Amino acid sequence: MTNAPGSPSTGTPSDGRDDPGDPGAPSALLAVRGVSKYFGAVQALENVDLDVPAGQVTALIGDNGAGKSTLIKAIAGIYAPSGGQIFWKGHEVHIHTPHDAEALGIATVYQDLALCDNLDIVQNMYLGHESTKAGVLDEISMELATKQTLSDLSVSTVKSVRQVVGSLSGGQRQAIAVARAVMRESQLVIMDEPTAALGVSQTAQVLHLIRTLAQRGMGVIVISHNLNDVFQVADRIAVLYLGNLVSSGPVANYDMSSAVELITTGESVRVASSVAP
Amino acid sequence: MTSVRENDELDPDSLSEAHSWWSQLRRLWQGDVGMVPIVIGLAALVAYFQVRSPVFLSAGNITNLFMQATIFVLLGMAEIWLLLLGEIDLSVGYVTGMGAAVAVILMDVQFHWPWFLAMPVALLVTTGITTLQGFIIIRLRLPSFIVTLAGLLFWEGMLIYLVDDQGTGGTIPATNRVLYNLVNGNLSVFFTWVFLVAIVVLMALGMFRADQRRRSSGLATRPRIVLIMKVAALAISGVALAMIFDADRGTFIVLRGMPWAIPIDFAILAAGSFVLTKTKAGRYIYAIGGNTEAARRAGIAVNRYRLLAFALTGLTTGVASLLYASRLGGISDNIDSSLVLYAVASAVIGGTSLFGGRGKMTHAVIGGVVIATIYNGMALIGMSAPTQYMATALVLLAAVTIDSLARRSTGEGR
Ligand SMILES: Nc1ncnc2c1ncn2[C@@H]1O[C@H](COP(=O)(O)OP(=O)(O)O)[C@@H](O)[C@H]1O
Ligand SMILES: [Mg+2]
Repeated sequence: MTNAPGSPSTGTPSDGRDDPGDPGAPSALLAVRGVSKYFGAVQALENVDLDVPAGQVTALIGDNGAGKSTLIKAIAGIYAPSGGQIFWKGHEVHIHTPHDAEALGIATVYQDLALCDNLDIVQNMYLGHESTKAGVLDEISMELATKQTLSDLSVSTVKSVRQVVGSLSGGQRQAIAVARAVMRESQLVIMDEPTAALGVSQTAQVLHLIRTLAQRGMGVIVISHNLNDVFQVADRIAVLYLGNLVSSGPVANYDMSSAVELITTGESVRVASSVAP
Repeated sequence: MTSVRENDELDPDSLSEAHSWWSQLRRLWQGDVGMVPIVIGLAALVAYFQVRSPVFLSAGNITNLFMQATIFVLLGMAEIWLLLLGEIDLSVGYVTGMGAAVAVILMDVQFHWPWFLAMPVALLVTTGITTLQGFIIIRLRLPSFIVTLAGLLFWEGMLIYLVDDQGTGGTIPATNRVLYNLVNGNLSVFFTWVFLVAIVVLMALGMFRADQRRRSSGLATRPRIVLIMKVAALAISGVALAMIFDADRGTFIVLRGMPWAIPIDFAILAAGSFVLTKTKAGRYIYAIGGNTEAARRAGIAVNRYRLLAFALTGLTTGVASLLYASRLGGISDNIDSSLVLYAVASAVIGGTSLFGGRGKMTHAVIGGVVIATIYNGMALIGMSAPTQYMATALVLLAAVTIDSLARRSTGEGR
């Protein structure tokens, strides 16, 4: 439950980081230190350390049940961690609710996207955050801002921002969900399996969008099962194995086979910088 | 990586002007396509009744038909608040009875309250009833279907108790002039014109202004010609209505002018549409009906807006209850048990989905007019009540089938 605040990096996995820095004050946009999570007797996360820098895409990979979703839910305020610390821009934060995460600037795009199919793109983009003038919805300003955001992100495939979201393709829906996070001026965008349900061209479109986010200086965490996508889009890779973060570092430290090895066995001799727990 | 485009999609720029006639036509109908089958059906019904009975399209009968429709329309609008959430209220029929009974008892039997006190209290009672039911549904997480079914029975019992308790033999006649005039009083010919012209001008101005603002903000607009056609259609309907209402429809005395009930329905329609389309509350009602979990994650206080919808159902039902008392000339302990069916039928026939998230207030107007047409027409050509029931049932069944098929074919969408 309690971790000594002065020594956040008690485990060895931090050796894998490209910025070995001082352990006392994490400089990354988001830093997870020693986070654990129990579901009753099941330990879903065990003493996890993770750095998520701004302006980079961090791919979180691991087998089914490795704890990827649990980790991002702990960051997003859905699950309270059983122990450990989370640092946001170098300061320790306590994220109890999704609202806390949103207030910090952390946006999460879940697999089910949480869009209302019966509402149009503008209405979804602003859902829960509508602009009003004298109590009346200000449709024009919302529509203009939506168009601006979509064009900033080079989302050029939607015919009209007044189209109902139910009529969009999977890739377009994903783009809308991401654009919504961007429009809220989020600084960290977390995506759970953003390409899982998509075809080839739509996947390319979403990967492009993810790169755009990083180029705009945001931190991005992407969970993916598809290592092709990961190597295409990620700047950094972090591997979870049975609740342990077994390896993390710049994407250049990994190749396809070492990544597979880490995912399936939790260790790989080929990754110089990775250390098994 | 460069920008990736799906092959079959268009640029956002293509929105602006250069558009084929076909897509313009499609956009013109966008959002209204759901109404096409029912408008055709209505036209067929009207043609049939007119052939069978030449007085069907007389000014007097059309006015009468609209009068019959006003209560269906109001109850349909009451139901739409909840249907949009994917909920339903089966008790609105007897809640209507409760509102009517409270109004009549307060004004007529022992109390002799002035109408401007008694009517708000009746609205308060109906609003309170549905809010209470909504509270139970939300707090205990019970299906609205069951709770309001219990409500149906409970309020029927309460209505009988209240009415019989007055010792007037199962009916309480209303004598208050204002209550009587809600349905039976008419605007003067002059004010009928004033009202209808004002409505048309206001709506046209609103449409032009909205169009202008979108234009000047550089947003996509429908072609001007569509707007002009819409305004023209509006003006023609306004003039037609004025001429119908202002024709003398009396048999022994001169009787002309628009019944009060029509502007009352208009007011509720305008207010309801405003809330649904122009306010956050309305937006959230659609969102909750479309995807409750998404609404919750967007930070919307889902239960608060669900409760609000239940309250608005009661408030709208309250207005219907006043018209009902006016039409009945009082209240009886034996009111029409199918009122709730007309309420749901009006909404669904008009195009509001039973599955939530899809619908608007004008649907109740179309649905209410369809039901009134069936009732009015069948009575005119001498068909019996059982036949009327069966015909309405078939229309309702057809409407629900269309709703369900539309939902399946488009996945979702309005
Ligand atoms: N709400 C929960 N209750 C109990 N156990 C859970 C819950 N969520 C996840 N787990 C368990 O935690 C472990 C990690 O799950 P998860 O984070 O969903 O893995 P991943 O997303 O990597 O597939 C699994 O063993 C899973 O069964
Ligand atoms: Mg998962």
